[in-house]
Amino acid sequence: MKGFGRYLMFLASLVVRRESFKTYYKLTIEEAVLVGVNSILLVALVSSFMGAVTTVQTAYNMVSPLIPKFIISQVVREMTILELAPTIIAIIYAGKVGSSMSGGLGTMRITEQIDALEVMGINSASYLVLPKVVASLIMYPMLVILAGVCALLGGYIVGSLTGIITPTDYIYGIRFVFNEYMITFALIKSFVFAFMISTISCFKGYYTKGGALEVGISSTEAVTTSVIAVLIGDYLLAQLLL
Amino acid sequence: MIEIQNISKSFNEKQILHNISGVFDKGMTNLIIGASGTGKSVLLKCIVGLIHPDTGTVFYDGRNFTDADKEMKAEIRREIGMLFQGGALFDSKTVEQNVMFPLDILTKMSPTEKIDRVNFCLKRVGLENVNSKMPSEISGGMKKRVGIARAIVNNPNYLFCDEPNSGLDPQTSILIDELILEITEEFDITTVVVTHDMNSVMGIGQKILFLFQGQKLWEGSKEEIMSSGVEELDNFVFTNKVMQNLKDK
Repeated sequence: MKGFGRYLMFLASLVVRRESFKTYYKLTIEEAVLVGVNSILLVALVSSFMGAVTTVQTAYNMVSPLIPKFIISQVVREMTILELAPTIIAIIYAGKVGSSMSGGLGTMRITEQIDALEVMGINSASYLVLPKVVASLIMYPMLVILAGVCALLGGYIVGSLTGIITPTDYIYGIRFVFNEYMITFALIKSFVFAFMISTISCFKGYYTKGGALEVGISSTEAVTTSVIAVLIGDYLLAQLLL
Repeated sequence: MIEIQNISKSFNEKQILHNISGVFDKGMTNLIIGASGTGKSVLLKCIVGLIHPDTGTVFYDGRNFTDADKEMKAEIRREIGMLFQGGALFDSKTVEQNVMFPLDILTKMSPTEKIDRVNFCLKRVGLENVNSKMPSEISGGMKKRVGIARAIVNNPNYLFCDEPNSGLDPQTSILIDELILEITEEFDITTVVVTHDMNSVMGIGQKILFLFQGQKLWEGSKEEIMSSGVEELDNFVFTNKVMQNLKDK
C-alpha cells in the first residue's frame, strides 16, 4: 500500500509546477517517435503472425462440416480486436518501451542528471515523465489499430494461400454481425494500458537507487509490474464494459 | 552569502549530520572538507534542497530556503549553479545543448543570444569547437568543464561543486580548481565546494569547514589549517609525508 501511495503522489507530481507548453510539445514529439514510430515494425510483425496463427488454429479446431467457413474469420476478428491486439501488444509494449523508459530514467537518476534538473528549479518528474505518458497515450492506441489491421491481414493472407478459407468467405466473416462497440472497447483498453505501462515504468525508473545493477532490477520490475497491471486491468475492463 | 543553522539529518535512525551551522561568504570559495562518509555530500544536498534536513534552516541572502514554498524554492534554485561529481551532463544532448539547457528552460533569450552566451561560457572554461560533441565523446576533465559552463551559463549567484576533482589527474584537477576560483572572483558569487582533496584545500580554500563524523569540528582559512590544534583535522590534513614535512617547516 505504501508503494501504491507513493505511485499516486508521483502521478500528482506530474501535473504541478509544469514547464511551458512549447517545451512539452517538443519533448512529446520526440517521445512519440521513440515509443510509437520505432515500434511499428515490431508490432506489425508480431500482429501479422498472431492473425495468421489464429486463423490456422481456429480452422484446425472447427471440425464440424455444419459450421460455415466464414466463422473462422469472424473468430479471428473477435479475438484480435477484443483481446489480442490491445493486450498482447501491451505486453510487447511493456517489454520494449516500458523497460526502455525505466532504464533511461534509472540511469539519469544514478548519474545525477535528475538531481541536476531539480537544482535548476525544474520539476524533473513532470519534465521527464509527462511527455512519455502523453506520447504513449497518443501512440499506443495507434499501434493497437495497426496491430488489428495487420492481424486481420495476416489471417487473410495465410487463409487464402493455404486454402483454409477463400478470400470471399474471409471478408464476409470479418463483416458478419460486426458490433462497432468492439472498436470502442479496444480503444478504451489501449488508453488504459498505455497509461498504466508508461506511468508504472517511469515510476520504477524514477525512484531507482544505487548503481547499474539496480537500473537493471528497476527495468525488470517495470516490465513485470506493468504486465501484471495490464492483465488485472484487462479482466476488470472486460467485467465493467462488456 | 549562504547561512546554515543547526542542520541535522539522519537516515534509517543513523545520524549523519549533527547540528551543523556556518556561513559561506560571497565572492569566496568556501570548502566543506572531511574524510569519505563523513556527511559532506549530504550537507551539500541539504543546502541545495535535494535532501530535506530533519532540523535546521538554510538561508540564501537572508531568504529562508528550507521552509520556503515550492514557488520560492524554484525561484532561489534558478539562482543556483551546480557542478556534480560525475558532471551529470544529459547523455542525449550535445555539449552545446547541455550548456544551453538552463537558458532554454529558464529564460526568454533569443536563439542568437543563447548561442552567444553558450559560446562565451564554453570559451571561459577553455573549451572551443566541441559544441556538437556528445558527452560520451569527451574526456572526464572536459565533462567537468562543460558542467561548470552549464552551471554558470545563467549567471548564478551561488555555485556548488561536489567533488570537482574526483576521477581527474592532478594537472587537470588544478586547472579545474583554478577555474572555480577565477569564476568565483570574476562573477562575485558564493561558491561552496565539497572535497577531500588536500591540493584543492591548499589551492583554493579561502574559507574551510571541516566535518568529522557528521559534526563541524573546525572552521578557518587554508593559512590557519596548519595550526588548528584539532587532532582529527591534523590526522586528515597531514596524512602523507609531503604535508608532514610542510608542517614541520
